[in-house]
Amino acid sequence: MFWVVATITVVPSLALLFARKAVHVAMAVVLTMIGLAVAYIMLAAPFLGMVQIVVYTGAVMMLFVFVIMLIGVGGKEDLTETIKGQKWLGLLVATGIGLFLTGVVSRVSLNVQEPPTQGNPTEIAGALFGRQVVVMETLGFVLIVAAVGALVLTHLPRLTPKHSQKEIAADRVRVGANPVNKPMPGVYARHNALDVPALDPEGKPIDESISRVLEVRHQTQSEEPFHAHLEEGGDK
Amino acid sequence: MNPIAFIYLACILFAIGSAAVLLRRNAIVAFMGVELMLNSANLAFVGFSRMHGNVEGQVMAFFVMVVAAAEVVVGLAIIVAIFRARQSISLDDPAELKG
Repeated sequence: MFWVVATITVVPSLALLFARKAVHVAMAVVLTMIGLAVAYIMLAAPFLGMVQIVVYTGAVMMLFVFVIMLIGVGGKEDLTETIKGQKWLGLLVATGIGLFLTGVVSRVSLNVQEPPTQGNPTEIAGALFGRQVVVMETLGFVLIVAAVGALVLTHLPRLTPKHSQKEIAADRVRVGANPVNKPMPGVYARHNALDVPALDPEGKPIDESISRVLEVRHQTQSEEPFHAHLEEGGDK
Repeated sequence: MNPIAFIYLACILFAIGSAAVLLRRNAIVAFMGVELMLNSANLAFVGFSRMHGNVEGQVMAFFVMVVAAAEVVVGLAIIVAIFRARQSISLDDPAELKG
């Protein structure tokens, strides 16, 4: 079982070094987080295992994926080295850190105690809200500050003042445009009559009622034949 | 399984995370490396907690998780702000500041 956990944590985390696209890295790290959750459950910490899944795979990594979506999935990483030999130096330092840590751990010998038999979440709740309650409150404060900080950091200041509907209407009146809506075309409605202008109360055609697009295409019809036809019908 | 094996696993994961931070130019990937390092520290906390037979280490790992969540929120907001300002999240771009 340990080797399964070790495989599904170490192998996907290698994607951090070798995968080209940030999305692939994010998905691999999700797998790593799930592996770590399994490890916590194996280490008699089922509560932390669940929190790991909820917080990391559920929230943190999805946040990463959202940001990758915002920033753009493409984006080639340029591989020119600005610092000479940074690649090998970085690898050397990282392996050095790894060897140092394992070396230190290998010198430690600890007797493994029995895990606490009481239900694990109960015991953690006792610790969190008993001895560590001040830390809990502080962490709540930290989370609030972080949320507000994120809002402030991603806030875009408005460059131009916002126009209200009232101001837009006032502007239209000021430049002398007709302040009301244009009438609908096609009062004659003999056919699909969007191409026939509407009539005002005096019976004169309102040219503005026809869409400008139709005028540009010369697809309008004059209202006279329709008018004449209507008057013939009126005589009947 | 002896919990010390998980401590070794945590060491390896920490090394991989630090390598990602040191080598990758993409800010988001480097940031995920930081996350991996935090998680390996958590794994070490939980492993030692299991060895000592009390929950103090688990409580500490929980605190680390909360702080890491807050850190991710702020860090990603900074990355988004930088991307808006210079249309790039390459960690090398600030090198242009050199004369």
